[in-house]
Amino acid sequence: MAVMTILQAVNDALRTEMRLNDKIVVLGEDVGKLGGVFRATDGLQKEFGEERVVDTPLSETGIIGSAIGMALYGLHPVPEIQFMDFIYPAFDQIVNELAKFRYRSGGQYPCPVTIRTPYGGGIRGGHYHSQSGETHFAHTPGLKVVIPSTPYDTKGLLIASMRDEDPVMFMEPKRIYRSAKGEVPEGAYTVPIGKAAVPREGTDVSVFAYGSMIPVCLEAAKHADGKGTSVEVVDLRSLVPLDIKAVLASAEKTGRAVIVYEAPRTCGYGAEISALIAEHAMLSMKAPIMRVTGFDTPFPYALEDLYMPNPDRVYRAIEHVMSF
Amino acid sequence: MTTQEIRMVQVVSEDGRVDEAQEPKLTKQQVFTLYQTLIRLRTFEARMMNLQRSGRIGFYGGSVGQEATATGSAFALEKQDWVFPQYREPGAALIRGISMETLLYQFMSTAKDIGKGRQMPVHYGDRAVNYVTISSVVASQIPHAAGGGWAMRLRKDNAVALVYFGDGATSTVDFHAGLNLAGVFKAATVFWCNNNQFAISVPREKQTASKTLAEKALAYGFEGLQCDGQDIFAVYAAAKYAVDKARRGEGPTMVESLTYRVGPHSSSDDPTRYRSDVEVDTWRKRDTLERVRHYLRHKGWYDESEDARLHKLAEEEVTRAIEAAEHAGPPSWETMLEDVFAEMTPLQQMQHDDLAAYLKWKEARA
Amino acid sequence: MVSVQFVDKDIVQVINEDGTAQRHLEPKMTHQEHLRLFRTMLLVRATDSKAMNLQRSGRIGFYVPSFGQEACQVGSASVLKPEDWVAPAYREPGAALVRGYPVKLLIAQCYGNKADAQKGRQMPSHYGSAATNFITASSPVGTQIVYATGVAWAMKIRKDPRVALVYFGDGATSEVDFHVGLNFGGVFRVPCIYFCNNNGWAISVPREKQTASPTIAGKAAAYGIEGARCDGNDVLAVVQVTKQAAHHARAGGGPTLIEALTYRMGPHSSSDDPTRYRSAEELEAWKKKDPIERYRRFLEKQGIVTAKDVKDLEADVTKEVEDAVAQVEGQAAVAPESMFEDVYAELPYHLRLQRDALLGERKAGAMVEYEQAEGKFPL
Repeated sequence: MAVMTILQAVNDALRTEMRLNDKIVVLGEDVGKLGGVFRATDGLQKEFGEERVVDTPLSETGIIGSAIGMALYGLHPVPEIQFMDFIYPAFDQIVNELAKFRYRSGGQYPCPVTIRTPYGGGIRGGHYHSQSGETHFAHTPGLKVVIPSTPYDTKGLLIASMRDEDPVMFMEPKRIYRSAKGEVPEGAYTVPIGKAAVPREGTDVSVFAYGSMIPVCLEAAKHADGKGTSVEVVDLRSLVPLDIKAVLASAEKTGRAVIVYEAPRTCGYGAEISALIAEHAMLSMKAPIMRVTGFDTPFPYALEDLYMPNPDRVYRAIEHVMSF
Repeated sequence: MTTQEIRMVQVVSEDGRVDEAQEPKLTKQQVFTLYQTLIRLRTFEARMMNLQRSGRIGFYGGSVGQEATATGSAFALEKQDWVFPQYREPGAALIRGISMETLLYQFMSTAKDIGKGRQMPVHYGDRAVNYVTISSVVASQIPHAAGGGWAMRLRKDNAVALVYFGDGATSTVDFHAGLNLAGVFKAATVFWCNNNQFAISVPREKQTASKTLAEKALAYGFEGLQCDGQDIFAVYAAAKYAVDKARRGEGPTMVESLTYRVGPHSSSDDPTRYRSDVEVDTWRKRDTLERVRHYLRHKGWYDESEDARLHKLAEEEVTRAIEAAEHAGPPSWETMLEDVFAEMTPLQQMQHDDLAAYLKWKEARA
Repeated sequence: MVSVQFVDKDIVQVINEDGTAQRHLEPKMTHQEHLRLFRTMLLVRATDSKAMNLQRSGRIGFYVPSFGQEACQVGSASVLKPEDWVAPAYREPGAALVRGYPVKLLIAQCYGNKADAQKGRQMPSHYGSAATNFITASSPVGTQIVYATGVAWAMKIRKDPRVALVYFGDGATSEVDFHVGLNFGGVFRVPCIYFCNNNGWAISVPREKQTASPTIAGKAAAYGIEGARCDGNDVLAVVQVTKQAAHHARAGGGPTLIEALTYRMGPHSSSDDPTRYRSAEELEAWKKKDPIERYRRFLEKQGIVTAKDVKDLEADVTKEVEDAVAQVEGQAAVAPESMFEDVYAELPYHLRLQRDALLGERKAGAMVEYEQAEGKFPL
């Protein structure tokens, strides 16, 4: 056991699995010699060589498109997109090819690619280093979307992704890359994709979130606890496939739901959670289903702290649903 | 098989020899404008790095070592022309007349920033001088410039679009799309590649297998040439040639300016991890200011006291700008939902109102 | 001053229009191999003709014919080994057929019924075959260039002595994936053949409007790779040029961009009407350069086939296609449940919910039967 950050857990997962599976190839911009702009792939090129850890030309389309080809041929590539904000040139390859290959070929051409990309705000990155585009991918059938919030989950989910036959968008919450610390076992282990976690149990209100918002919600829950409200926090971990049972179980248990996501409000992933609870657990609800979200604007630089959901705003929503 | 020559423009060599056949027509006044801008730029950037280290600005990405390539090329433009920058051309911004205050207001995210504090430092723009607002995305400005230059030719505006990008950008999809379109439609666009040998840590040789970057223009049916990016006179000459050609309606040109990124990619980068000091020092010796001094001495125009005076003026200018920015306040919370659309949508209005209510709620608890 | 060499005007041609050949340029082939090529070209023509008929009479919904481009597809793919991979655009039935893909499966994909290996998921002309290493096509133009580069790259990493060949048209060279695929291919020196079927048209946009570059092969220099041009209506020229490219790739020399000059004698697809944008004279001029005709003249002059042999072969392939249609047409439609399969390796919970909901609705008769939309697909 060692105490690690999320970044270290990413590195450990890659190193561990690359030793076990020689079909894994890591590729992306600055991932080799530099070890990645966040050092996520630090030391990997030294251990596994330039053929398995590749510095590519500046082209997201090329990175993802080549990865698809490698996967068709039988490798398991793990491409990195340096910031999720820059994934858009590759969007065509992801949506039209990666997500649809298995389906369109009648199962003949599975496409096991694990795309790693840091997402989200909180690092003073402005418009182009802070975006949360998980909904674009959740809205594309054929892709799995995984977002961890702890080092333990990071390593386990990343290894699970590298063992998955389907394409996985592994989105890393870069705001807590270094601040989230926790115990991580040595060697290979997996955390199942498609299963939520409950880092805090409670009885009065369910708060649903993922990624960088988990510490924010835990903070709000702690504050609420001090005021006599028992809050349960559910960490979704997988957006696709979603652990619907866990979501509904919690909503039915407490009867009050607050959904938190930092992405722009309209059509954010939490809107789906809200719809699911409304469809399947409406009669158990004691209050309207509330969302605490980013605004429908590009991600602002100076007003970043106001834009992102903070413990205060989450607590305000908890207070609101408790008032019914 | 056909052989094509990619010519290389150089006026002042590294050891100070001046090729009078390639010398561009510049008055003494113009030469000193160029020289002074380089001094202002170098002074400015040194102070910005300090500001970042001391936490007074959050981030900086500079052009140390490659000052000439943007400054000299922008100088070839006229008022009605447009600049489409990447994010590493403050020399071009200064030549176009953007003040240091304007830059610092943006770097410090103040209420006086044209962009209202919305973007991280070095992502500025100023419509008044046709300097298009920067985004972080590499190369996205290239198709914009192709379209702009195309429109300029269609409307017979006598204007030209000049777009900057690096060596890494030539691998992107936007490069291909932009240049191909410009070639087909004979857009009045100059494609200016600042080949500073690095895309963060990835060296030029790993970017593409072609011998030069300039030759990629041939794939789009137009001319490509190279210039010594450390020689501001070569830069100016190459730019003037391409800009004049576009203005005459003869279509686009690509210029590959050979230079070097002496500094890091940005204040978040540590280049010692991927390149040697020896290489950096070699290029440091190809100093852009020193190259101009060779020319000044050649012309008998160099004066040490004038040099010192210009440096002092520059320091004062930077200091004034920093002070102005540090005294301007932050942007108001009300700007959050503005400018997404021309008018706020009903859903946005709800969010705006909810934000106001939240701030009241927070105040009440305090 | 840097010198750049690029492919300009030289076009490789072996068979002259009258059927005589430049013997020294002829690739070494046995009579059997010639017959195999010729028969396959006839089979492509027969398949395309039949499929267009099926579409016009409403028996299938759509089709992408490749009239006039038989030499390009069949000649190039015939050079490859079974273990090599092919990535099509969507206009290369000949490349699949020459590698052993059964006509029956091609026709089945057009019907999209139970006989279709793709379970009726895509519109006609979008098939694939892992058994013959023929990657399933998609509609977006040019995307295959990048993943074919990836396949070739993987072959190199695994040290397999294989090559990947990817097809695309003149229009695709403007696409971003062309740039990226060839650039990566050049940087990583992958064993990939980039085969451009320059058929003169991207739906209604002629080649000259696509790019200002004088040739397509000339773009190779921009990526530091080899380039070659050939007469795409001369099957032996196509064979020759592809052979060289394959040899070069297998020897570790990296990729080649081949530009095959040909002509799209038919429409872009069954939804297109080319009379709206091109002249009858142009079409007539190119009909005279029909690749099948040219090859037939060559084979007759060489004494490899007689006029009777040709008639027999034509009848044979027509029968093969008719038999395929007969076997496929009557088969049942795909089951609704199959809609939810193959999205992922395993059916996830949320899809199971959706599937059960759909089946439940159908059972309860709650769902109104959906009427087939009026009119045909616009392209």
